[in-house]
Amino acid sequence: MKDLLKFLTCGSVDDGKSTLIGHMLYDTKQLYADQKQALELDSKVGSRDGQIDYSLLLDGLMSEREQGITIDVAYRYFKTNERSYIVADAPGHEEYTRNMAVAASFAQLAVILIDASKGVQIQTKRHTRICSLMGIKDFVFAVNKMDMVRYDHKRFREITNTIQQMTKPFPVDSLMIIPVSATVGDNITRNSARISWYHGPSLLEYLDQVEIAKPIDQDFTMPVQRVCRPNVNFRGYQGQIESGTVRVGDEIRSLPSGETALVSDILCGFDHVKEAIPGQPVTLQLNREIDISRGCVLVKGKGHPISKDFTCTLLWMDETPMIPGINYILKLGTRMTNATVMEIQHKIDIHTGSHIPADKLYKNEIAECSLVVADKIILDTFEADRTMGELILIDQVTHHTCACGVVKATTAGYGDLFWQNFDITRETRSMNLGQRPLTIWFTGLSGSGKSTLANALEKRLYSMNKHTMVLDGDNIRLGLNRDLGFSEGDRIENIRRIAQVAKLMNDAGLIVLTAFISPYRRDRENARQIIGDSFIEVFVDTPLEECESRDTKNLYSKARRGEIKDFTGISSPYEAPDAADIVVKTVGRSVEDSVNDIMEKLKPYLEHPF
Amino acid sequence: MNTLDHLSTLEAEAIYIMREVAAECEKPVMLYSIGKDSSVMLHLARKAFYPENPPFPFLHIDTTWKFHEMIEFRDAMALKYGLDMLVYTNEEGVREGINPFDHGAAYTDIMKTQALKQALKKYGFTAAFGGGRRDEEKSRAKERIFSFRNTEQAWDPKNQRPEMWKLYNTRIHKGESIRVFPLSNWTEADIWQYIQRENIDIVSLYFAKERPCIERDGNIIMVDDDRLKLRPGEKIEYRKIRFRTLGCYPLTGGMESDADTLDKIIAETLGAVYSERTSRVIDHEAAGSMERRKREGYF
Repeated sequence: MKDLLKFLTCGSVDDGKSTLIGHMLYDTKQLYADQKQALELDSKVGSRDGQIDYSLLLDGLMSEREQGITIDVAYRYFKTNERSYIVADAPGHEEYTRNMAVAASFAQLAVILIDASKGVQIQTKRHTRICSLMGIKDFVFAVNKMDMVRYDHKRFREITNTIQQMTKPFPVDSLMIIPVSATVGDNITRNSARISWYHGPSLLEYLDQVEIAKPIDQDFTMPVQRVCRPNVNFRGYQGQIESGTVRVGDEIRSLPSGETALVSDILCGFDHVKEAIPGQPVTLQLNREIDISRGCVLVKGKGHPISKDFTCTLLWMDETPMIPGINYILKLGTRMTNATVMEIQHKIDIHTGSHIPADKLYKNEIAECSLVVADKIILDTFEADRTMGELILIDQVTHHTCACGVVKATTAGYGDLFWQNFDITRETRSMNLGQRPLTIWFTGLSGSGKSTLANALEKRLYSMNKHTMVLDGDNIRLGLNRDLGFSEGDRIENIRRIAQVAKLMNDAGLIVLTAFISPYRRDRENARQIIGDSFIEVFVDTPLEECESRDTKNLYSKARRGEIKDFTGISSPYEAPDAADIVVKTVGRSVEDSVNDIMEKLKPYLEHPF
Repeated sequence: MNTLDHLSTLEAEAIYIMREVAAECEKPVMLYSIGKDSSVMLHLARKAFYPENPPFPFLHIDTTWKFHEMIEFRDAMALKYGLDMLVYTNEEGVREGINPFDHGAAYTDIMKTQALKQALKKYGFTAAFGGGRRDEEKSRAKERIFSFRNTEQAWDPKNQRPEMWKLYNTRIHKGESIRVFPLSNWTEADIWQYIQRENIDIVSLYFAKERPCIERDGNIIMVDDDRLKLRPGEKIEYRKIRFRTLGCYPLTGGMESDADTLDKIIAETLGAVYSERTSRVIDHEAAGSMERRKREGYF
C-alpha cells in the first residue's frame, strides 16, 4: 500500500521553486492534455524566448501572474510507483513569509532551493529556521541553476559547506544536497550526464525512498473534539489519536480532572474495533461516566503537564505588532482560552540566530516569549509531543490568526503566585452594599462630555444610596500612572492599570465610573477582558465639530496649530465602538436629559443585585 | 508501528475538519451538489459523527436544470439516511425565465452564485462545507481549507488567514462566513478509489449507458427533457456515454465510454488524457475565470 509524503518547496524569490515542481509534474506525466496545451500556449505568450515556462503551471492567481511572483502556497498532487505526494509550493518573498510558514506546518520534509550563482541568501536562512521551528527535521537542499554556473563542482562544494554550517544548530534527521537545474531538467527526475561528478540520486529518486522517522513508544494521547450523545444510552468521545495506541479494556485518564475509566468500546467510522492507532479518528466509550468535554485530553501513561504559564517560540504573522500585556485567544489542541504575553524574552536574529532584546514583535519576526493563560491548560513541549506543543494566537478584535508557536518549557516561573481565595467574596461584599458592582466605561472624544456625565451620573447614583467611585483621565495621569508617557506601550499599560483598579473596586462591591478618551477598540476590548461581565461601555457620541467648538481646555486649537502631537480626532484616530452597551448623544440636550437616558438603559443592571 | 495508507490519511483529515466545524461553528451546513464529491462528503460526515446523524442540515441549490436522475438520487439519499435536506431555488430567476441557453454566464451567476448567497443568508449559516478539491483548478490550488468570506460573501485571495498545522481558527464577525473544504487534498483518482473502497452510492449518470444525446459546440449533451430545443441540423441519437462531472444538463458534456463498472471508471480516470474541467462548459473561458467567480462568491 502506498503511503503519503507531504513536502514543501521553499527558498528565496526567483530561485526557481515553481519551475522545479512544474518540471517534475511535466516529466512524471501528471498533466492532462488540456493543461499541457494551456501551458504551451501560455508560454508562447509570456515566457522568455518561447521555451516552456514550467512555473506557469503553479502560479494560479491572476495577480501572481501579473507580478511574476508567488504570493500564496499552491498545493500539487502527484503519484509515482513508490508514493503519493502532496507538494506545498511556498512563496519566496519576505513579505509572504507567513504563507511560507503555512506550507512548513503542513509538510514532513522541506526541499529548499538555492540559486547556485547566488548561494545561501538571508531568505534561505529564514526558511530553514521556520521549517525547523515548525518541526521539520528532514531537509533536501536543491542547488538550482547549475547550468548558469557551468556545472562547476567547486561552486557546489562551497555551497555545500555553507549549508552544513547553517543547519548545525537545528535538529536534523536527514540532510541531502543535490545539484539541479529546474529549467533544463538536470537531476530532477533522473540523473544528468551534464553533472558527472555527482553520483547521488536525482531529487525524485531521493524523495521516493527517504524515510521520515516517526516518534516511537509514545503514550496514547487524544484531545477530545466533541462529545457524541445521540441518545441517553450512548456517550462517546470523538477525536483523532495523536500518538500511541488504545485497546478495548485499557485504562485511560482524562486531563485535567485526572479521573480514570476503562475503554469499553472503540468505534472507527461505522466499525467496532479492538484497537486503534495514531492518525485514526475514533469514538471512545468508557465503562463509567467521568467529567470529559471538548478541550480535555485522554491519555494513558504519564500524560502531559497542566500549566497556567509557559514559554514558547512565536512567529508573529500579523500587521499589528505584538506588545506584551494584550490579551489574545490561544488555541492548543482542541482547547481555546484567553492568554496574555507577559514578556518577550528575546527576539531571534534570522541571520545569525543570536538573541536580541525587544519590547515589540513585528510581522515575520521570531521571539521567545512567556505566556500566561486564563484557565489552566494541558500542554507539552513541542519536542516531547508535537500536537500538545503547537499553538496559535488569535486577535480578540480582528480575529486574525496573528501568531503561531511551539512550547519550549511548560512553566514560565510565574507559578509561585497563587490566586488566594478569601471567604469574604465580591458577592458577599456587594450583597452587604445592596448593589451589583459595575464599571461604567465612558469613551468619546476630548470635550465630548465624559467627565461631566460621569460626575452627574455619580451624583444621581449617590442620591440613590449607591456606593460609587469615579476614575478620571487627568487625575489618574497625575497619580497612579504618572510614570507613563503617550507611547503605544505606555497607552496599553495605562488602560491595563485603570482596568485592574476598576476590577479591584468592583471586587470591593463598588460601582465605578471611568472617563477616558480610550480611542482604540483594542484597548477597550482589553479592559472588557480584564473587568469581565461588570463592564458596560458607554459611547458619548458627540461629533468632532461640536467638541472642537466647545474646546473647554483649549486643546483643539493647540492641536490645530500643531502644538500637540497625536491629538485624538485631529492627528490621531478615534475608533468609535460598533456595539457599545449604551450610546448617549449630547448635542442639543441638557446634562440632565443625557443622564436620564443613561439611567433608563442602566435600569436592568441596577435592579438585579447579580 | 502501523501507519495509515494514503486514503485513510485523507479520510482522517476530512473527519477531523468536520468535527472541528461541528464543535466550534455556530450554524454549519453541508452543501450537497449530488455529484461524486458530495457523495464522498456525505459518507465522511456520516462516519465522522456516527452513531449520531451529522449534526447539521444539507443544502442543495437547485437551478431547475439538473438531470432528473440527480434529483431522484438526492431525494433517495435524504430518505435513506434521514438527512435534513434543504432545497433552495432562486425563484426570481425562475420567474424571469433565466435559462442556460439564452443567458450564458449570467445564468450561472443568477441561478448558482446568487442562489447560494440568498440561501446562506436566508438560513443564517455561518459555515458551509463544500466539496472543492485543490487539484481541480489553479486558483483552488491556492485556497485554504477554511476559506473566509466577507459580509458580501466575497473571497480575498491576497489576504488569506494563515492555517497552521490543524489549528483551525473559526472566529468570524457577524455577517461573515466560512467555506470549508474538507476534500481539499483529495485528487479525482482518490475520490474514485475511496468510492470503491467504501462502497459509496453514486448517481447512475457516472456509469456508461445508452442515452439520448446531441452534439453541440463540440460537447455531447444529453437530452434530459423537452426544454432542450434542437437547432437546425441537430438530431437526437442514442450513444453510450457517461459523465465525469455533473451539473446542469445543458452545460454538462458527456463522454463516450464503455465504463459501466467502478473498476472500468477508475481505469479510465487514471488513464485520462483531459482534465475533468473540460467537461464543464462554463470553464472554457480566459485564464482566471474561476478566481473571478470565487471573488464574487461562487463556491
